[in-house]
Amino acid sequence: MKKIEAVIKPFKLDDVKEALNEIGVQGMTISEVKGYGRQKGHKEIYRGAEYVVDFIPKVKIEIVLPADRIEEAVEVIRKAALTDKIGDGKIFVIPVESVVRVRTGETGPDAI
Amino acid sequence: MDTGDTAFMLVAAALVMFMTPGLALFYGGLVRSRNVLSTILQSFICLGMVTLIWVTYGYTLAFGTDVGGLIGNFEYLFLNGVGTEPGPYSDTIPHLLFVAFQLMFAVITAALITGAFAERIKFSAFLVFTFFWTSLIYLPVCHWVWGGGWIEAHGALDFAGGTVIHINSAVAALAAAIVIGPRKGWGKEAMPPHNVSMTVLGAGILWLGWFGFNAGSALAADGIAVNALMTTQVAAGSAAFSWMLYEWKVHGKPTALGAASGAVAGLVAITPAAGFVSPMAAIAIGLVAGVICCMAIRLKARFGYDDALDVVAIHGVGGLWGALATGLFASLAINPDGANGLFYGNPGQLGIQLIDSLAVIAFSLIGSLIILKLIDRFIGLRVSEEEEIQGLDLSQHSEVGYTL
Repeated sequence: MKKIEAVIKPFKLDDVKEALNEIGVQGMTISEVKGYGRQKGHKEIYRGAEYVVDFIPKVKIEIVLPADRIEEAVEVIRKAALTDKIGDGKIFVIPVESVVRVRTGETGPDAI
Repeated sequence: MDTGDTAFMLVAAALVMFMTPGLALFYGGLVRSRNVLSTILQSFICLGMVTLIWVTYGYTLAFGTDVGGLIGNFEYLFLNGVGTEPGPYSDTIPHLLFVAFQLMFAVITAALITGAFAERIKFSAFLVFTFFWTSLIYLPVCHWVWGGGWIEAHGALDFAGGTVIHINSAVAALAAAIVIGPRKGWGKEAMPPHNVSMTVLGAGILWLGWFGFNAGSALAADGIAVNALMTTQVAAGSAAFSWMLYEWKVHGKPTALGAASGAVAGLVAITPAAGFVSPMAAIAIGLVAGVICCMAIRLKARFGYDDALDVVAIHGVGGLWGALATGLFASLAINPDGANGLFYGNPGQLGIQLIDSLAVIAFSLIGSLIILKLIDRFIGLRVSEEEEIQGLDLSQHSEVGYTL
C-alpha cells in the first residue's frame, strides 16, 4: 500500500475529486495548508509599503491505495490539477505499513 | 432665529458626530487584529472625554469674548448664559446648537491624533494626553482662528478647520510618533492592515460626515453651504482618483486602501477652502492632494518616525496644501465674506495663509512635545514590550475584537 499526498491549488479540488471518483477511488482526506515552492508567494502593497507573503493557501489531498493503483491515480490527479501555470503543486508517494478500519478491525488493503 | 438654518445645523452637527465612529473604523481596519478594539476605543471615548471638557470650560475658552487675541474668557463657563436663543456667532441658529456643532469638531480633532501612536500607547497615558492636548492646544488654536483671536484678526481663511483641526492634529501626531518611538519590529516585519474593508467603510462614513463638517460650517442653509457641499464632493472624488492612479503608476496596482486614503486626503485639503472656492478649483485641490499625500507617505520611512496610520502624510500635508490652496483659489465671487486669493489678484492672501499655518505648526509641535514628555516622565506613555506583543486589546482592555 502507498499513500499519495497531493498539494494542489484550492480551486482545483473539485476537478481532482471528480477525476478520482471516475477511476473508483473511494475516499480521501483533505486539509487546507499553506506553503510555497520555487515561485515563492505573492506581494501585497499597503500605502506603498510592499509585503511579501511567502505562504499561500493550498489544499492537501491524502489517499491510501494498493501499490498497483498508484501510478494511475497519480496521473489522474496530475492531469486534473494542471493549469500549466506556476504553483500547480506537488504529488508525493509514500509507503504505508498498515491500515486499520476503526469500525470493523479489518487490516491491509481490505481496510482502505 | 431661522428654523430652516436650525434644522440644517442639527443635521450637520449629527453628521460631524458620525465622523468619529467612522474614523474609528477607518483606523481600526488599518491596525493588526490584536489592536482593533483599542484603536476604535481611542476614537470613540473622545466622544466622552472631549464632550465633558467642551461643555464645562472648553467652549468658553475657545469662543468666549477674546482676551488679548489669545484665548476666550470665562463668560460661558458650564454653558452659563448659553441657551436656545441665537448667540454671537449666528443670528439664525440657537447658541446651544453652535456649541454642539463645534463640540463635534473638538472631538474628532482629538481622535485624529490617535492614528500616530496606535498599537503601543498606554490607555491611561492616552486619556491624560487627550485631556491636556485638547485643553492646552486645541482650545487656544480654535480661539485664534474662529473665536476672535489673532489669526482671525490677521485675515486668515479657514472655512471648516484645515488649520484648527487637520494641521493642528497632524503636528501633534508627529510629536507623538517621535516621542513614543516606533512600534516593535517596525521597518523589519510586515504590519499589514487587518481589515481593509472596514477601513474603506470608515472612509465612506467620514466622507458622508464631511458634508456636515464643511457645509455646516456655513452655519446656515444657504448658497455658501451648497457650494461647500459641492466642493467637498469634487475634491474628495478627485483625490481618491488621483491617489489611485498615482499608486497604479508607481507600484503597479490600483488599491482600495489607496482610493480610500486619497478620498480622506481630498476631504482634508478642501476643508479650509470649501466655502471660498469654486467646484472647478476643488478639482485642482483634490487632484494635487491625492498625489502629494501619497508621495508624503514615503517620507515616514526616510525620516524614521513611525506615524502608524499616516496622520502626518494625510492630515498634515493635506491640511497644509489646503490652507495654501485657499490662498490661491479663494474668490469673493464665491463668498463675499472671504477674500480673493492669488489667482484672483490678491497674492497677499497666500502669505497670510502660510504664516498662520506655520504659527499653528510651531505652537502645536512645541506644546505637544512638552505635554508628551511630561506624561512620559510621570506615568509613562508606552506599554511594556510584552503587552505590545500581546496586543493592546487584551493588555489594556481584557477583551478581543474577534473570536473566530
